[in-house]
Order: sequence, then structure tokens, then C-alpha cells
Amino acid sequence: MKTFWLLLRAGFRRHSTYRLALLAGMTTNSVFGFIRASILLAALASAGTAIGGYDAPTTIAFVWWGQALLGTVNLWGFAEVKDRVRTGDIAVDFLRPVDPQIAYLAGDLGRAGINLIGRGVPALLLGALLFDMAWPPSAVSWAAGAVSIVLAVVVAFSGNFVINLLAFWLVEIRGITLLWMITGGLLCGLYLPVPWFPDWLRTIANWSPFPSMLQNPIDILAGRVVGHDIASAVGVQVFWAVALLALGQVVLRAGRRRLEVQGG
Amino acid sequence: MAETTLSQRLRPYRVLLASRARAQMQYRASFVTDILGTVGVGLAEFAEVWVIFHNVDVLGGLDFTAALLVFALSNLAFSLADMFVGHLDQLPRYIRAGQVDAFYVRPLPLLAQLMTSDLSLRRVGRLSVALVALGVALTTADIAWSPATVALIVLTVVSGTAIFSALFTAAGGLQFFLVDGAEFTNAFTYGGSYAAQQSQQVFPDPLRIFWTFVVPTAFVAYIPAVAILGLDDPLAPSWLAWLTPVAGLLAWGIAATCWRLGTRHYQGAGG
Repeated sequence: MKTFWLLLRAGFRRHSTYRLALLAGMTTNSVFGFIRASILLAALASAGTAIGGYDAPTTIAFVWWGQALLGTVNLWGFAEVKDRVRTGDIAVDFLRPVDPQIAYLAGDLGRAGINLIGRGVPALLLGALLFDMAWPPSAVSWAAGAVSIVLAVVVAFSGNFVINLLAFWLVEIRGITLLWMITGGLLCGLYLPVPWFPDWLRTIANWSPFPSMLQNPIDILAGRVVGHDIASAVGVQVFWAVALLALGQVVLRAGRRRLEVQGG
Repeated sequence: MAETTLSQRLRPYRVLLASRARAQMQYRASFVTDILGTVGVGLAEFAEVWVIFHNVDVLGGLDFTAALLVFALSNLAFSLADMFVGHLDQLPRYIRAGQVDAFYVRPLPLLAQLMTSDLSLRRVGRLSVALVALGVALTTADIAWSPATVALIVLTVVSGTAIFSALFTAAGGLQFFLVDGAEFTNAFTYGGSYAAQQSQQVFPDPLRIFWTFVVPTAFVAYIPAVAILGLDDPLAPSWLAWLTPVAGLLAWGIAATCWRLGTRHYQGAGG
């Protein structure tokens, strides 16, 4: 547990070195926030009523929490583990006394922490300053929202980890990464709220792990999901976190048996 | 005589680009996957428009067909620009790795070398999505066809590509200053592309002014589409559509300045 905490802090510090990168990320997230807020507000104005449970202030909350969490939750994935599998460096990870999955998860949580503080919160405050935004309606929503954000980071990480591990079997996983990114980007509720989707697409989204990476925490923080529904939103996230972490362990073990490192 | 000189001068670029193209097609499976990937990106972008129109009939004064035309024109211009100069995005990586110095010692201009350092053929995936959307939009929309309309469409695609290419080049020039802050420029390259796809009527006035006069992406699709469809927007009169090349030229003026400042600022990797 102590090791986990140390790795987490190391991840936090590693990513906080690049302050200019955080500022740059925040700027870009904010510009996309302005554009997206304009589009969605225009859609609401055209509909004349709330769409899928989102009225104007909650839609604004949807947009800016989404932009704030975009850098926090690693939606676009990472290539570090894949590269280490390809070069054989993963063997070094296996030699360490900590399970590789747990070690990388700790690092990713640290990365998420600094990105939330340095990149997400400023973007969110900018949005709140310039638009009429709905805040979480109660202390329960705040607390559940915080838990939900952590779970979202875990789900996104463990999904990407499995994808990265496919490099044990495939020479090049770029196609699969791309497919994962495109499907994920669409279904996680980054561009548009999942409740706006037509029925069939919403069904697909709800059976996938992607809404657990973004839509669920946003729903709770924007106050669209309240009361007992919060428990089921968080419950679905817990399910996906456990399932994908377990899958990661299985794949990691299978890959370890397959791994053959030359030289030494 | 002058003609031969020109063709001789362009020969290195032709050879370079042809070799890049051949190289990409060597790994057939990988190339096909990449193309499918950019088709997916194009479809995902389209899905966003489509899902909104699943909920509303009109967005920012445009119906679905009109929105489709704006989407098609901006995506067409963006994917063309992305194919030719999108890889300028890689510049921060070259700068950090000290590889820019290697470009400097070769006997061709730096920008021309970087532009020909890749020809991202995989972008034809997204390009084809844009072309299909354009075909559908132009056939289903109620357009008073005339030679002027055709001329305007061609002019729009060419100028739109020029505008996005200028944005990528300006971003490249700024990379020499930013290095770690490379993502700053995404705000107006990818952000500009996102804004260009929208009806400009959705934006509050300050943003509309920004996307027209500062980063002129309103000229890429929306302003020409209003003229092509004969729609009514007091802020986008149809004569404005003919000024798209002017916007492209101005954007290139700024891009050239950024590029010059950037390359003058560059001190080398110190190796």
C-alpha cells in the first residue's frame, strides 16, 4: 500500500514538471468547451425544452466537466506499456516486486491527479465564470462525484492496459488502438450526452464500458442523476473497474508466459 | 526554358513524395487499417452532427441538409490540408530530438522539406467520408445551379484547404517557441476545424468575430454554404463568400510570418 502511494506521488510529480503543457492543455480544452457549449445551447434553444434530462445549466455543466475530465481520464490511451512489450523492457517490470498492472495504475492515478488540479479545475472555473452552470446539487453529489471520477480513471486505465497488452500477440496494435479511441470517444459522452443518442446507439453505449469513463461522473456532478440512481451509476463503474482489472490480470499472465526476451 | 527550370526544381519534391507514398503502401494491412481508421474518425465526426439532428430539426438556422453541406466542405478542406501539411504536428518531436538540424543541412528549404517529409495517404479515409457527404448534400439540397455556383464550390475547397494549411504552418512556426506547450496550437488548428463545421449562428458575437477575423475558419464552409444555398444571414451576405481566397491569402501571410519568426528564433540543438 505504501509502495502504491509512493508510485502515485511519483506519477503526480512526473507530470507536474511540464507546467507549460498543463496550461496548453487547459487552453485547448477551454476553446473546445466554448465551441461545444455554443452548439449544445443552440440545440436546446432550437428544441425549446430540455433534451434527455439536460436543460441549459446542466448542459453547461456537462460541457465543462467533460472538458475538465478529458485530461484527467486517459480517454485517448497511452503507448508506454505497448512500447515496453515491444522492446522487451516489460521483462524488467516483471522482475519488480510490484505487480506491473498495479504499478502502472498508481502512476496513472498520479497523472490524473495533477491533470485534474492543473488543467481540469481551471477550465471548469473558466466555464463557470462565463456561463450559467449547474453545480452538484448536494454534498452527496459532490462526494459521489469524486468517487466516480476516481473510478472513471481506473476504468479508462484498465481498458487501455488490456489494449496495450495485445502487443504481446500482435506486432502493431495501432489499428486496434484507433478503433478503441474512436468508439470510446463517441460512446463515452464527450461530444454529446449519451441520453441524447437514438435508442439503439444508447443501448450499445450502455452495454459498453465507455460511459463509465466520462458520462457517469458527469451525470452525477451535473445533477442529472440524483438519489438512488447515483448508487447504480457508481455501481456500474465498480463493475467495469473490477471486470477490466481482472481481465488485465488474465491477459498479463498469458502474455508473461508467451514473452521471450532475447539476449541478456 | 523557364518551364524546364521549374520542373527541374520541383523534381526533388516529386521524387520525395512518390517515395513516401510507395513506402506507406509497402505494408498493405497496416495501410488499410490506417485508412479504415480515418474513415472511422470521419464517421464519428458525422455522428455528432447526426445525433444533434436526431433531437432537433434546425440548428443555428440550418436544417440537416445545410448542416451536412457545412460539415462536408469543412471536412474536405481539413482532410486535404491534413494530408499535405498535417504532419507539421510532428515538429515539436523533431525539435526535442534535435532532428531539425538534420533538415537544415540539406539543400532544400526547411518548410518544403517538412511538408514533403510525409504525405499522409491514410487521410483519404476521412476525405472520402467528406466527399460522400458533399455529394449527398449537393444533390438533396435545393440549389439554384449556375456556373457561378460550381466556381464557388471549387474556390471554397481550394481556399479552405489553404486556410487550414496556413493554420498548420502558423502552428509549426510557433512550435519553435513553445516546445513543451505544443498543445496550445491545437486550440486553433483542431479547434478551428471543429468550429468550421458548425453553423456560425450558434456562436455568441465575440466568438463569431474571432472565427471570422482572427482565425478565419468561418470562410472554410459556413459563409460559402450560405451563399450556395441562398440562405439569409445578415452577417454572412453572399458576396462575402467570394472573399474566401482573400481570407486564405491573409492566413498565409500570418503563417509565413510565424514560420519566419520561428525559424529565426531556433538556435539549434547544440550538438
